[in-house]
Amino acid sequence: MLDILKRPVYTFQEFVLLSISALRGVFRKPAYWGDTVIQMDLIGVGSLPVVSLTGFFSGAVMALQMARALQTYGATSQVGKIVAITMVREMGPVLTALMVAGRNSSGMASELGSMKVTEQIDAMRALGTDPVLKLVKPRLIATATVLPLLTILADFLGLVGGWIVACVLLQLTPGAQYWDTAWRAIEYNDIAQGLIKPFCFAIVLSLVGCYYGLQTTGGTQGVGRSTTQAVVVASVWVVILTFIIGRIFTKL
Amino acid sequence: MTTAAPEPVIQFEDVCLSFGGECVLDGIAFEVRRGDTLVIQGAAASGKTLILKLSLGLLRPTRGRIRLFGEDVTDYTDSQWNDVRARIGVLFQEGGLFDSLTVEENVAYPLLNQKRAPLSEEEVRRRVQESLDFVELGHTLEKYPSELSGGMRRRVGIARAIVTQPELLLYDSPTAGLDPITATTIMALIVKGRDVHHATTVMVTHRHQDGEILDRYRYDAATGRLVPAEPGTTRTRYMVLREGRIVFLGTPAEFDACEDPYVRKFSSR
Repeated sequence: MLDILKRPVYTFQEFVLLSISALRGVFRKPAYWGDTVIQMDLIGVGSLPVVSLTGFFSGAVMALQMARALQTYGATSQVGKIVAITMVREMGPVLTALMVAGRNSSGMASELGSMKVTEQIDAMRALGTDPVLKLVKPRLIATATVLPLLTILADFLGLVGGWIVACVLLQLTPGAQYWDTAWRAIEYNDIAQGLIKPFCFAIVLSLVGCYYGLQTTGGTQGVGRSTTQAVVVASVWVVILTFIIGRIFTKL
Repeated sequence: MTTAAPEPVIQFEDVCLSFGGECVLDGIAFEVRRGDTLVIQGAAASGKTLILKLSLGLLRPTRGRIRLFGEDVTDYTDSQWNDVRARIGVLFQEGGLFDSLTVEENVAYPLLNQKRAPLSEEEVRRRVQESLDFVELGHTLEKYPSELSGGMRRRVGIARAIVTQPELLLYDSPTAGLDPITATTIMALIVKGRDVHHATTVMVTHRHQDGEILDRYRYDAATGRLVPAEPGTTRTRYMVLREGRIVFLGTPAEFDACEDPYVRKFSSR
Protein backbone atom coordinates (compact mmCIF):
# COMPACT_ATOMS: atom_id res chain seq x y z
CA MET A 1 0.00 0.00 0.00
CA LEU A 2 2.77 2.41 1.01
CA ASP A 3 4.70 1.58 -2.15
CA ILE A 4 1.69 2.52 -4.29
CA LEU A 5 1.48 5.90 -2.56
CA LYS A 6 5.21 6.54 -2.64
CA ARG A 7 5.37 7.64 -6.29
CA PRO A 8 2.48 10.15 -6.32
CA VAL A 9 3.61 11.61 -2.99
CA TYR A 10 7.17 11.95 -4.30
CA THR A 11 5.90 13.56 -7.53
CA PHE A 12 3.76 16.01 -5.56
CA GLN A 13 6.67 16.85 -3.27
CA GLU A 14 8.98 17.51 -6.21
CA PHE A 15 6.28 19.60 -7.89
CA VAL A 16 5.81 21.69 -4.76
CA LEU A 17 9.58 22.21 -4.46
CA LEU A 18 9.79 23.38 -8.08
CA SER A 19 6.77 25.64 -7.55
CA ILE A 20 8.33 27.24 -4.48
CA SER A 21 11.63 27.85 -6.19
CA ALA A 22 9.89 29.21 -9.34
CA LEU A 23 7.62 31.53 -7.36
CA ARG A 24 10.58 32.76 -5.33
CA GLY A 25 12.50 33.11 -8.59
CA VAL A 26 9.96 35.67 -9.82
CA PHE A 27 11.51 38.15 -7.39
CA ARG A 28 15.11 37.13 -8.06
CA LYS A 29 17.56 38.37 -10.67
CA PRO A 30 18.35 37.94 -13.51
CA ALA A 31 14.95 38.81 -14.94
CA TYR A 32 15.26 37.32 -18.46
CA TRP A 33 12.69 39.79 -19.85
CA GLY A 34 13.63 38.88 -23.42
CA ASP A 35 12.70 35.23 -22.81
CA THR A 36 9.48 36.32 -21.07
CA VAL A 37 8.40 38.44 -24.05
CA ILE A 38 9.15 35.56 -26.44
CA GLN A 39 7.01 33.26 -24.28
CA MET A 40 4.20 35.83 -24.16
CA ASP A 41 4.26 35.92 -27.94
CA LEU A 42 4.26 32.12 -28.19
CA ILE A 43 1.53 31.58 -25.61
CA GLY A 44 -0.54 34.73 -26.10
CA VAL A 45 -0.37 35.60 -29.76
CA GLY A 46 0.07 31.96 -30.74
CA SER A 47 -3.11 30.93 -28.91
CA LEU A 48 -5.28 33.75 -30.33
CA PRO A 49 -6.89 31.74 -33.16
CA VAL A 50 -7.75 28.68 -31.08
CA VAL A 51 -8.96 30.71 -28.10
CA SER A 52 -11.04 33.03 -30.32
CA LEU A 53 -12.74 30.14 -32.09
CA THR A 54 -13.37 28.27 -28.84
CA GLY A 55 -14.80 31.36 -27.14
CA PHE A 56 -17.00 32.33 -30.07
CA PHE A 57 -18.49 28.88 -30.62
CA SER A 58 -19.00 28.08 -26.95
CA GLY A 59 -21.11 31.26 -26.61
CA ALA A 60 -22.96 30.41 -29.81
CA VAL A 61 -23.65 26.83 -28.72
CA MET A 62 -24.86 27.97 -25.34
CA ALA A 63 -27.36 30.40 -26.87
CA LEU A 64 -28.48 27.68 -29.25
CA GLN A 65 -29.05 25.10 -26.53
CA MET A 66 -30.62 27.55 -24.11
CA ALA A 67 -33.06 28.85 -26.70
CA ARG A 68 -35.43 25.88 -26.45
CA ALA A 69 -35.43 25.78 -22.68
CA LEU A 70 -36.01 29.52 -22.41
CA GLN A 71 -38.79 29.41 -24.98
CA THR A 72 -40.59 26.86 -22.77
CA TYR A 73 -40.73 29.43 -19.97
CA GLY A 74 -41.15 32.43 -22.25
CA ALA A 75 -37.89 33.82 -20.98
CA THR A 76 -36.00 34.23 -24.23
CA SER A 77 -35.13 37.79 -23.29
CA GLN A 78 -32.78 36.38 -20.63
CA VAL A 79 -30.49 34.61 -23.08
CA GLY A 80 -27.89 37.41 -22.87
CA LYS A 81 -27.80 37.08 -19.08
CA ILE A 82 -27.24 33.32 -19.19
CA VAL A 83 -24.53 33.52 -21.84
CA ALA A 84 -22.78 36.35 -19.97
CA ILE A 85 -22.75 34.69 -16.55
CA THR A 86 -21.74 31.28 -17.85
CA MET A 87 -19.03 32.65 -20.11
CA VAL A 88 -17.49 35.02 -17.58
CA ARG A 89 -17.66 32.68 -14.59
CA GLU A 90 -16.91 29.28 -16.07
CA MET A 91 -16.77 28.64 -19.77
CA GLY A 92 -14.36 31.43 -20.69
CA PRO A 93 -11.71 30.68 -18.05
CA VAL A 94 -12.00 26.88 -18.23
CA LEU A 95 -12.11 26.46 -22.00
CA THR A 96 -9.31 28.96 -22.54
CA ALA A 97 -7.19 27.21 -19.90
CA LEU A 98 -7.87 23.81 -21.46
CA MET A 99 -6.86 25.11 -24.87
CA VAL A 100 -3.68 26.63 -23.46
CA ALA A 101 -2.99 23.41 -21.53
CA GLY A 102 -3.27 21.41 -24.73
CA ARG A 103 -1.18 23.85 -26.68
CA ASN A 104 1.37 25.24 -24.26
CA SER A 105 1.72 22.90 -21.26
CA SER A 106 2.48 20.18 -23.79
CA GLY A 107 4.83 22.52 -25.63
CA MET A 108 6.70 23.37 -22.43
CA ALA A 109 6.96 19.72 -21.42
CA SER A 110 8.27 18.63 -24.80
CA GLU A 111 10.68 21.55 -25.19
CA LEU A 112 12.16 21.24 -21.70
CA GLY A 113 12.01 17.43 -21.94
CA SER A 114 14.05 17.47 -25.16
CA MET A 115 16.53 19.82 -23.51
CA LYS A 116 16.75 17.46 -20.54
CA VAL A 117 17.42 14.30 -22.56
CA THR A 118 20.01 16.05 -24.74
CA GLU A 119 21.87 17.28 -21.62
CA GLN A 120 21.11 20.93 -22.38
CA ILE A 121 19.69 21.44 -18.89
CA ASP A 122 22.86 19.99 -17.34
CA ALA A 123 24.94 22.15 -19.68
CA MET A 124 22.96 25.20 -18.63
CA ARG A 125 23.62 24.49 -14.95
CA ALA A 126 27.27 23.72 -15.65
CA LEU A 127 27.58 27.07 -17.42
CA GLY A 128 26.29 28.90 -14.38
CA THR A 129 22.61 29.42 -15.27
CA ASP A 130 19.76 28.36 -13.02
CA PRO A 131 17.25 26.51 -15.28
CA VAL A 132 14.39 27.53 -12.98
CA LEU A 133 15.17 31.21 -13.53
CA LYS A 134 16.05 30.89 -17.20
CA LEU A 135 13.34 28.46 -18.33
CA VAL A 136 10.54 28.15 -15.76
CA LYS A 137 10.24 31.76 -14.60
CA PRO A 138 9.68 33.33 -18.05
CA ARG A 139 7.04 30.71 -18.86
CA LEU A 140 5.32 31.24 -15.52
CA ILE A 141 5.23 35.05 -15.82
CA ALA A 142 4.20 34.92 -19.47
CA THR A 143 1.33 32.47 -18.88
CA ALA A 144 0.10 34.33 -15.78
CA THR A 145 0.05 37.56 -17.80
CA VAL A 146 -1.55 36.38 -21.02
CA LEU A 147 -4.07 33.79 -19.82
CA PRO A 148 -6.36 36.36 -18.11
CA LEU A 149 -6.13 38.51 -21.26
CA LEU A 150 -6.98 35.55 -23.49
CA THR A 151 -9.89 34.75 -21.17
CA ILE A 152 -11.28 38.28 -21.51
CA LEU A 153 -11.11 37.90 -25.27
CA ALA A 154 -12.82 34.48 -25.14
CA ASP A 155 -15.56 35.89 -22.86
CA PHE A 156 -16.23 38.76 -25.25
CA LEU A 157 -16.23 36.57 -28.36
CA GLY A 158 -18.52 34.12 -26.56
CA LEU A 159 -21.00 36.94 -26.01
CA VAL A 160 -20.69 37.90 -29.66
CA GLY A 161 -21.30 34.26 -30.64
CA GLY A 162 -24.35 34.15 -28.38
CA TRP A 163 -25.63 37.42 -29.85
CA ILE A 164 -25.31 36.16 -33.43
CA VAL A 165 -27.27 32.99 -32.61
CA ALA A 166 -29.87 34.60 -30.35
CA CYS A 167 -30.49 37.84 -32.22
CA VAL A 168 -29.45 37.28 -35.82
CA LEU A 169 -30.03 33.58 -36.40
CA LEU A 170 -32.98 32.70 -34.13
CA GLN A 171 -34.23 36.24 -33.50
CA LEU A 172 -35.16 35.36 -29.92
CA THR A 173 -34.58 38.83 -28.58
CA PRO A 174 -33.57 42.27 -29.90
CA GLY A 175 -29.83 42.95 -29.94
CA ALA A 176 -30.09 45.92 -27.58
CA GLN A 177 -31.92 43.81 -25.00
CA TYR A 178 -29.36 40.99 -25.34
CA TRP A 179 -26.45 43.30 -24.58
CA ASP A 180 -28.37 45.13 -21.86
CA THR A 181 -29.27 41.95 -19.96
CA ALA A 182 -25.76 40.61 -20.46
CA TRP A 183 -24.18 43.79 -19.13
CA ARG A 184 -26.51 44.00 -16.13
CA ALA A 185 -26.05 40.33 -15.24
CA ILE A 186 -22.33 40.57 -14.62
CA GLU A 187 -21.37 41.60 -11.10
CA TYR A 188 -17.98 42.46 -9.65
CA ASN A 189 -17.93 39.05 -8.03
CA ASP A 190 -18.23 37.41 -11.47
CA ILE A 191 -15.47 39.54 -12.93
CA ALA A 192 -13.18 38.84 -9.97
CA GLN A 193 -13.89 35.13 -10.25
CA GLY A 194 -13.45 35.24 -14.02
CA LEU A 195 -10.00 36.83 -13.69
CA ILE A 196 -8.68 35.05 -10.60
CA LYS A 197 -9.42 31.68 -12.16
CA PRO A 198 -7.26 32.14 -15.28
CA PHE A 199 -4.49 33.60 -13.13
CA CYS A 200 -4.48 30.50 -10.90
CA PHE A 201 -4.85 28.17 -13.89
CA ALA A 202 -1.90 29.90 -15.55
CA ILE A 203 0.38 29.23 -12.59
CA VAL A 204 -0.62 25.55 -12.52
CA LEU A 205 -0.49 25.08 -16.32
CA SER A 206 2.98 26.52 -16.69
CA LEU A 207 4.43 24.82 -13.62
CA VAL A 208 2.96 21.43 -14.57
CA GLY A 209 4.32 21.75 -18.12
CA CYS A 210 7.77 22.77 -16.87
CA TYR A 211 7.80 20.15 -14.10
CA TYR A 212 7.11 17.24 -16.43
CA GLY A 213 9.62 18.62 -18.91
CA LEU A 214 12.38 18.87 -16.31
CA GLN A 215 11.60 15.40 -14.93
CA THR A 216 11.93 13.73 -18.34
CA THR A 217 14.05 10.61 -18.55
CA GLY A 218 14.31 7.90 -21.17
CA GLY A 219 15.08 9.61 -24.47
CA THR A 220 12.51 10.58 -27.07
CA GLN A 221 9.99 8.10 -25.69
CA GLY A 222 10.31 9.86 -22.35
CA VAL A 223 9.61 13.22 -23.99
CA GLY A 224 6.36 11.84 -25.44
CA ARG A 225 5.39 10.45 -22.04
CA SER A 226 6.10 13.76 -20.29
CA THR A 227 4.08 15.69 -22.85
CA THR A 228 1.03 13.46 -22.41
CA GLN A 229 1.30 13.55 -18.63
CA ALA A 230 1.62 17.34 -18.63
CA VAL A 231 -1.58 17.83 -20.65
CA VAL A 232 -3.57 15.30 -18.64
CA VAL A 233 -2.44 16.59 -15.23
CA ALA A 234 -2.82 20.26 -16.21
CA SER A 235 -6.33 19.68 -17.59
CA VAL A 236 -7.45 17.74 -14.53
CA TRP A 237 -6.10 20.48 -12.26
CA VAL A 238 -8.01 23.11 -14.24
CA VAL A 239 -11.36 21.40 -13.60
CA ILE A 240 -10.53 20.72 -9.95
CA LEU A 241 -9.41 24.32 -9.39
CA THR A 242 -12.45 25.81 -11.09
CA PHE A 243 -14.62 23.92 -8.63
CA ILE A 244 -12.57 24.99 -5.63
CA ILE A 245 -12.41 28.66 -6.67
CA GLY A 246 -16.10 28.61 -7.65
CA ARG A 247 -16.95 27.18 -4.23
CA ILE A 248 -14.95 29.88 -2.46
CA PHE A 249 -16.71 32.60 -4.43
CA THR A 250 -20.21 31.23 -3.82
CA LYS A 251 -19.48 31.50 -0.09
CA LEU A 252 -18.42 35.13 -0.37
CA MET B 1 66.32 19.45 -5.11
CA THR B 2 62.74 18.29 -5.43
CA THR B 3 59.94 20.55 -6.56
CA ALA B 4 56.77 20.53 -4.48
CA ALA B 5 53.89 18.57 -6.03
CA PRO B 6 51.21 20.82 -7.58
CA GLU B 7 48.12 21.38 -5.47
CA PRO B 8 45.12 19.10 -6.00
CA VAL B 9 42.36 20.43 -8.24
CA ILE B 10 39.87 17.62 -7.60
CA GLN B 11 39.75 15.53 -4.43
CA PHE B 12 37.13 12.87 -3.77
CA GLU B 13 37.12 11.38 -0.27
CA ASP B 14 35.10 8.19 0.16
CA VAL B 15 32.30 9.51 -2.04
CA CYS B 16 29.11 7.48 -2.30
CA LEU B 17 26.05 8.21 -4.39
CA SER B 18 22.71 6.45 -4.09
CA PHE B 19 19.48 6.75 -6.05
CA GLY B 20 16.40 5.49 -4.25
CA GLY B 21 18.46 3.39 -1.87
CA GLU B 22 20.49 1.85 -4.69
CA CYS B 23 24.20 2.57 -4.45
CA VAL B 24 25.58 3.65 -7.83
CA LEU B 25 28.96 4.93 -6.65
CA ASP B 26 30.72 3.57 -3.62
CA GLY B 27 33.92 4.55 -1.82
CA ILE B 28 35.24 6.75 -4.62
CA ALA B 29 38.52 8.32 -3.51
CA PHE B 30 41.05 9.96 -5.80
CA GLU B 31 42.73 13.23 -6.47
CA VAL B 32 43.81 15.05 -9.60
CA ARG B 33 46.60 17.59 -9.25
CA ARG B 34 47.01 20.74 -11.30
CA GLY B 35 48.21 19.87 -14.78
CA ASP B 36 47.39 16.16 -14.42
CA THR B 37 45.36 14.18 -16.92
CA LEU B 38 42.95 11.52 -15.70
CA VAL B 39 41.35 9.03 -18.07
CA ILE B 40 38.28 7.30 -16.63
CA GLN B 41 37.23 4.01 -18.20
CA GLY B 42 34.69 1.37 -17.35
CA ALA B 43 31.75 -0.57 -18.69
CA ALA B 44 28.46 1.14 -19.46
CA ALA B 45 26.58 2.25 -16.31
CA SER B 46 29.66 1.82 -14.15
CA GLY B 47 29.36 5.42 -12.91
CA LYS B 48 31.90 7.25 -15.09
CA THR B 49 29.62 10.14 -16.05
CA LEU B 50 28.39 10.42 -12.46
CA ILE B 51 31.91 11.30 -11.32
CA LEU B 52 31.93 14.20 -13.79
CA LYS B 53 28.45 15.29 -12.68
CA LEU B 54 29.57 15.22 -9.04
CA SER B 55 32.61 17.30 -9.99
CA LEU B 56 30.27 19.90 -11.50
CA GLY B 57 27.82 19.94 -8.62
CA LEU B 58 25.03 18.61 -10.85
CA LEU B 59 24.61 15.80 -8.31
CA ARG B 60 25.19 15.83 -4.59
CA PRO B 61 27.03 12.91 -2.95
CA THR B 62 25.11 10.80 -0.46
CA ARG B 63 28.29 10.43 1.64
CA GLY B 64 31.88 11.62 1.54
CA ARG B 65 33.52 14.94 0.71
CA ILE B 66 34.44 16.60 -2.57
CA ARG B 67 37.07 19.34 -2.78
CA LEU B 68 37.64 21.45 -5.87
CA PHE B 69 40.51 23.93 -6.15
CA GLY B 70 41.12 23.35 -2.44
CA GLU B 71 37.57 24.31 -1.39
CA ASP B 72 35.19 21.83 0.19
CA VAL B 73 32.23 22.11 -2.18
CA THR B 74 30.19 19.20 -0.83
CA ASP B 75 27.51 21.35 0.78
CA TYR B 76 27.66 24.28 -1.61
CA THR B 77 24.42 25.87 -2.77
CA ASP B 78 23.79 26.32 -6.49
CA SER B 79 24.84 29.97 -6.41
CA GLN B 80 28.09 29.08 -4.59
CA TRP B 81 28.65 26.36 -7.18
CA ASN B 82 28.34 28.88 -10.00
CA ASP B 83 31.57 30.56 -8.90
CA VAL B 84 33.34 27.19 -8.93
CA ARG B 85 31.78 26.18 -12.26
CA ALA B 86 33.13 29.36 -13.86
CA ARG B 87 36.58 27.77 -13.46
CA ILE B 88 35.56 24.51 -15.15
CA GLY B 89 34.98 23.76 -18.83
CA VAL B 90 32.87 20.77 -19.77
CA LEU B 91 32.01 18.85 -22.90
CA PHE B 92 28.93 16.67 -22.56
CA GLN B 93 28.57 13.37 -24.35
CA GLU B 94 26.26 14.71 -27.06
CA GLY B 95 27.88 18.14 -26.96
CA GLY B 96 25.06 19.60 -24.83
CA LEU B 97 24.72 22.52 -27.25
CA PHE B 98 21.60 24.69 -27.02
CA ASP B 99 19.77 23.89 -30.24
CA SER B 100 17.79 27.14 -30.21
CA LEU B 101 21.00 29.21 -30.24
CA THR B 102 23.49 29.69 -33.06
CA VAL B 103 27.04 28.38 -32.81
CA GLU B 104 28.24 31.88 -31.95
CA GLU B 105 25.63 32.30 -29.20
CA ASN B 106 26.44 28.85 -27.83
CA VAL B 107 30.15 29.58 -27.55
CA ALA B 108 29.48 33.07 -26.16
CA TYR B 109 27.09 31.67 -23.52
CA PRO B 110 29.70 30.98 -20.78
CA LEU B 111 31.24 34.43 -21.31
CA LEU B 112 27.90 36.23 -21.10
CA ASN B 113 26.72 34.29 -18.05
CA GLN B 114 29.82 34.50 -15.93
CA LYS B 115 29.57 36.60 -12.80
CA ARG B 116 33.10 37.87 -13.07
CA ALA B 117 33.85 41.22 -14.71
CA PRO B 118 31.51 41.50 -17.70
CA LEU B 119 33.25 41.58 -21.05
CA SER B 120 32.55 44.10 -23.79
CA GLU B 121 30.62 42.91 -26.83
CA GLU B 122 33.74 43.16 -28.99
CA GLU B 123 35.80 41.18 -26.49
CA VAL B 124 33.14 38.44 -26.39
CA ARG B 125 33.05 38.33 -30.18
CA ARG B 126 36.85 38.19 -30.38
CA ARG B 127 37.10 35.35 -27.88
CA VAL B 128 34.30 33.39 -29.52
CA GLN B 129 36.01 33.74 -32.90
CA GLU B 130 39.36 32.75 -31.37
CA SER B 131 37.81 29.72 -29.69
CA LEU B 132 36.05 28.59 -32.86
CA ASP B 133 39.21 29.12 -34.90
CA PHE B 134 40.96 26.90 -32.34
CA VAL B 135 38.65 24.03 -33.33
CA GLU B 136 38.82 25.10 -37.00
CA LEU B 137 35.15 26.05 -37.18
CA GLY B 138 35.53 29.83 -37.43
CA HIS B 139 33.21 29.88 -40.45
CA THR B 140 30.16 28.40 -38.69
CA LEU B 141 29.21 31.35 -36.46
CA GLU B 142 25.70 31.81 -37.85
CA LYS B 143 24.81 28.13 -38.13
CA TYR B 144 22.56 26.23 -35.73
CA PRO B 145 23.80 23.00 -34.10
CA SER B 146 21.24 20.98 -36.10
CA GLU B 147 22.98 22.08 -39.32
CA LEU B 148 26.31 20.59 -38.19
CA SER B 149 27.59 17.01 -38.30
CA GLY B 150 28.14 15.04 -35.08
CA GLY B 151 31.89 15.69 -35.15
CA MET B 152 31.41 19.41 -35.76
CA ARG B 153 28.94 19.65 -32.88
CA ARG B 154 31.52 18.00 -30.62
CA ARG B 155 34.12 20.54 -31.81
CA VAL B 156 31.76 23.44 -31.06
CA GLY B 157 31.28 21.83 -27.64
CA ILE B 158 35.05 21.91 -27.14
CA ALA B 159 35.15 25.55 -28.28
CA ARG B 160 32.47 26.38 -25.69
CA ALA B 161 34.34 24.43 -22.99
CA ILE B 162 37.63 26.27 -23.54
CA VAL B 163 36.31 29.77 -24.32
CA THR B 164 36.68 30.90 -20.70
CA GLN B 165 40.16 29.32 -20.55
CA PRO B 166 39.19 27.22 -17.53
CA GLU B 167 41.67 25.64 -15.16
CA LEU B 168 39.87 22.30 -15.29
CA LEU B 169 38.42 20.60 -18.35
CA LEU B 170 35.97 17.70 -18.13
CA TYR B 171 35.17 15.61 -21.19
CA ASP B 172 32.37 13.04 -21.21
CA SER B 173 32.94 10.43 -23.93
CA PRO B 174 34.12 13.01 -26.49
CA THR B 175 34.61 10.41 -29.21
CA ALA B 176 31.50 8.27 -28.65
CA GLY B 177 29.62 7.54 -31.86
CA LEU B 178 32.22 9.16 -34.13
CA ASP B 179 34.17 7.57 -36.96
CA PRO B 180 37.87 6.88 -36.19
CA ILE B 181 39.19 9.81 -38.26
CA THR B 182 36.85 12.36 -36.63
CA ALA B 183 37.56 10.80 -33.22
CA THR B 184 41.30 11.34 -33.74
CA THR B 185 40.65 14.97 -34.74
CA ILE B 186 38.63 15.50 -31.57
CA MET B 187 41.36 13.90 -29.44
CA ALA B 188 43.99 16.11 -31.10
CA LEU B 189 41.89 19.15 -30.13
CA ILE B 190 41.61 17.89 -26.55
CA VAL B 191 45.39 17.47 -26.32
CA LYS B 192 45.79 20.94 -27.86
CA GLY B 193 43.29 22.40 -25.36
CA ARG B 194 45.18 20.77 -22.50
CA ASP B 195 48.66 21.83 -23.59
CA VAL B 196 47.95 25.35 -24.87
CA HIS B 197 46.09 26.44 -21.74
CA HIS B 198 47.90 24.05 -19.33
CA ALA B 199 44.52 22.84 -18.11
CA THR B 200 43.93 19.91 -15.80
CA THR B 201 41.97 17.36 -17.83
CA VAL B 202 39.57 14.61 -16.83
CA MET B 203 38.18 12.49 -19.62
CA VAL B 204 35.64 9.68 -19.60
CA THR B 205 36.02 7.37 -22.57
CA HIS B 206 35.24 3.92 -23.93
CA ARG B 207 38.21 3.79 -26.31
CA HIS B 208 41.66 2.89 -25.06
CA GLN B 209 43.15 4.81 -28.01
CA ASP B 210 41.82 8.08 -26.54
CA GLY B 211 43.78 7.52 -23.34
CA GLU B 212 46.88 6.61 -25.30
CA ILE B 213 46.72 9.84 -27.30
CA LEU B 214 46.43 11.89 -24.10
CA ASP B 215 49.30 9.97 -22.52
CA ARG B 216 51.73 9.71 -25.42
CA TYR B 217 51.30 12.96 -27.31
CA ARG B 218 51.62 16.64 -26.65
CA TYR B 219 50.76 19.65 -28.74
CA ASP B 220 53.71 21.40 -30.30
CA ALA B 221 52.82 25.07 -30.70
CA ALA B 222 55.72 25.68 -33.13
CA THR B 223 54.53 23.17 -35.71
CA GLY B 224 50.85 23.23 -34.74
CA ARG B 225 50.80 19.42 -34.60
CA LEU B 226 50.82 16.63 -32.07
CA VAL B 227 54.26 15.21 -31.37
CA PRO B 228 55.23 12.19 -29.24
CA ALA B 229 55.69 13.17 -25.59
CA GLU B 230 58.48 11.96 -23.32
CA PRO B 231 57.10 9.12 -21.14
CA GLY B 232 55.50 10.49 -17.98
CA THR B 233 55.60 14.15 -19.01
CA THR B 234 51.86 14.36 -19.69
CA ARG B 235 51.22 13.13 -16.12
CA THR B 236 48.40 10.91 -17.32
CA ARG B 237 46.73 8.40 -15.04
CA TYR B 238 44.03 5.85 -15.65
CA MET B 239 41.02 5.03 -13.52
CA VAL B 240 38.83 1.99 -14.20
CA LEU B 241 35.38 1.72 -12.66
CA ARG B 242 33.31 -1.38 -12.16
CA GLU B 243 29.75 -1.20 -10.83
CA GLY B 244 30.38 2.08 -9.06
CA ARG B 245 33.75 1.18 -7.52
CA ILE B 246 37.29 2.04 -8.52
CA VAL B 247 39.04 -1.19 -9.48
CA PHE B 248 42.16 0.45 -10.86
CA LEU B 249 43.87 3.79 -10.43
CA GLY B 250 47.43 4.25 -11.58
CA THR B 251 50.00 5.29 -14.14
CA PRO B 252 49.96 4.08 -17.78
CA ALA B 253 52.81 1.64 -16.98
CA GLU B 254 50.81 0.15 -14.08
CA PHE B 255 47.70 0.10 -16.29
CA ASP B 256 49.56 -1.87 -18.99
CA ALA B 257 50.99 -4.26 -16.42
CA CYS B 258 47.73 -4.87 -14.56
CA GLU B 259 46.73 -8.51 -14.63
CA ASP B 260 43.13 -8.02 -13.56
CA PRO B 261 40.98 -9.50 -16.38
CA TYR B 262 38.41 -6.68 -16.14
CA VAL B 263 41.10 -3.97 -16.32
CA ARG B 264 42.82 -5.77 -19.18
CA LYS B 265 39.65 -5.35 -21.26
CA PHE B 266 40.28 -1.62 -21.22
CA SER B 267 44.06 -1.62 -21.50
CA SER B 268 43.52 -3.94 -24.46
CA ARG B 269 46.90 -5.59 -24.25
